[in-house]
Amino acid sequence: MENTSQKNINNEDQSMSQDTTEKSKVILESKKANVYYGDMHAIKNVNIKMRENSVTAFIGPSGCGKSTFLRTFNRMNDYIDIFRKEGEFYINGKEIYQKDVKVEELRKTVGMVFQKPNPFPKSIYENVAFGLRIQGIKNKSVLDEAVEKSLKQAAIWDEVKDNLKKSALALSGGQQQRICIARALAVEPKVLLMDEPASALDPISTAKIEELIYQLKENYTIVIVTHNMQQAGRVSDRTAFFYIGELIEFGKTKNIFTNPKEELTERYITGRFG
Amino acid sequence: MKIREKIIEGGLAFSALITVLTTIGIIWVLLSQSLVFFKDVSIVEFLTNPEWTPLFTNKNYGILSLLSGTILTSSIAIAVALPIGLTIAIYLSEYAPKGFRTYVKPMLEILAAVPTVVYGFFALTIVTPYLKTIFPEIAPFNALSAGIVMGIMIIPMISSLSEDALFAVPKTLRDASYGMGSTRYQTAFKVLVPAASSGIIVSIILAISRAIGETMIVAIAAGQQPNMTMNPLETVETITAYIVQVSLGDVPHGSIEYRTIFAAGLTLFIFTFILNNISFYIRRKYQERYE
Repeated sequence: MENTSQKNINNEDQSMSQDTTEKSKVILESKKANVYYGDMHAIKNVNIKMRENSVTAFIGPSGCGKSTFLRTFNRMNDYIDIFRKEGEFYINGKEIYQKDVKVEELRKTVGMVFQKPNPFPKSIYENVAFGLRIQGIKNKSVLDEAVEKSLKQAAIWDEVKDNLKKSALALSGGQQQRICIARALAVEPKVLLMDEPASALDPISTAKIEELIYQLKENYTIVIVTHNMQQAGRVSDRTAFFYIGELIEFGKTKNIFTNPKEELTERYITGRFG
Repeated sequence: MKIREKIIEGGLAFSALITVLTTIGIIWVLLSQSLVFFKDVSIVEFLTNPEWTPLFTNKNYGILSLLSGTILTSSIAIAVALPIGLTIAIYLSEYAPKGFRTYVKPMLEILAAVPTVVYGFFALTIVTPYLKTIFPEIAPFNALSAGIVMGIMIIPMISSLSEDALFAVPKTLRDASYGMGSTRYQTAFKVLVPAASSGIIVSIILAISRAIGETMIVAIAAGQQPNMTMNPLETVETITAYIVQVSLGDVPHGSIEYRTIFAAGLTLFIFTFILNNISFYIRRKYQERYE
């Protein structure tokens, strides 16, 4: 276990040979990323590149820092008093912790879906239109169009199109989560960060979310944190394995699951710890 | 041992019973005395006559002129307390540093602990003279001064209860809002205030109910002259102030003048009873809100 820390620098490019996303642009990138919560060193020297229109899964045991790392890319950790970071984080080539970056603008580019479905206690329509409304858009036909488009993208339009005025809280958990995805899509982000989006859902709803992720990657770059290794295997192009704050291995999902380079990765994916 | 348990149980039940019996007793007294009153005075006259002069030789029994005083002073109080209280609540729950909230909230609640008689002479001796510099025609006893001071008194009711409601909004909704790129201001006014609206409404209703029942401030500063007006600069008398006036005066027990206070009290009771029930109903709905 001790000799794993330096190996994560180059393991991205080696496994890329037959990857379809190989030549696309790098959208998310971190360089020598370190994150601290008070005295705790939550993320240790992580370098990673994620490409356009790909799905990257972050896996690893609880408390390994994968959610923390995910949240540094839309600066959701900023509200935590004891949070501190070192290194650089890039979205589309722009360092996002620089002074001239407006965090509200950043979050419009980098949408987020949370672990527990968290629709607002408003109607379905108002939930999806929220992001546009806070940008000051009042034109009804623009809003109508965006709401319909987003709900269709989130594969829930057919289920709710007749009840757009109904409270989003009246829907099932799986439907609520797709409303939350539609809400995030409505502002047309480039990146979608998903923090265990299916962990609170039943298997059927989970399958729907996974199918949706597969469709969404045509237009979005997706990063998903998951505890469920089968899920990572099903939905992602690449997988990053984290362990106690370190990026142990990162590569094509197929390779990570069939032929991991690190013993630690192998032990984790075969269920010997975690 | 068994007997001891029984005694304790009985004691607890008795304590609970006392409050219920007291309430029933109050309602009984109000109703029975009012019934006697309404034998002499018709309900129609009570509700429509614009004059309230039971202590004069030319007797009129129109509750509206007292009710207008109550509504006027309470409205002024709410107009003062609502914007200030709500602003404080939003500031404390969303903007203030964590430590600040723990110190300032109890300090604010001290406002509610000031004896109302102190508020009363504060209104009469400080606020009214000050208002006179702005409105020279203001009466020495007036609804405006009493209403403003009553508003100050109920600020902590609104700020404290609303702050609790805002603070209880789940963190996941804040995450959702910030995650969409909302500013703090947008999060507070577009997500948190609507989500906490039922709690905020409850706080407002309880504050109104407190203002309607408030006695000392209005008795001291608003005057004792029934006046069907909505002009805040005039002298008015509220239902509560009238009850004080008769209770302290030399009206003989059992006379019709004496029974007027029960009819007035019943009117007051019905008002606060309805308001408290509305707030109870809203609060119960509120509990099943987020899930």
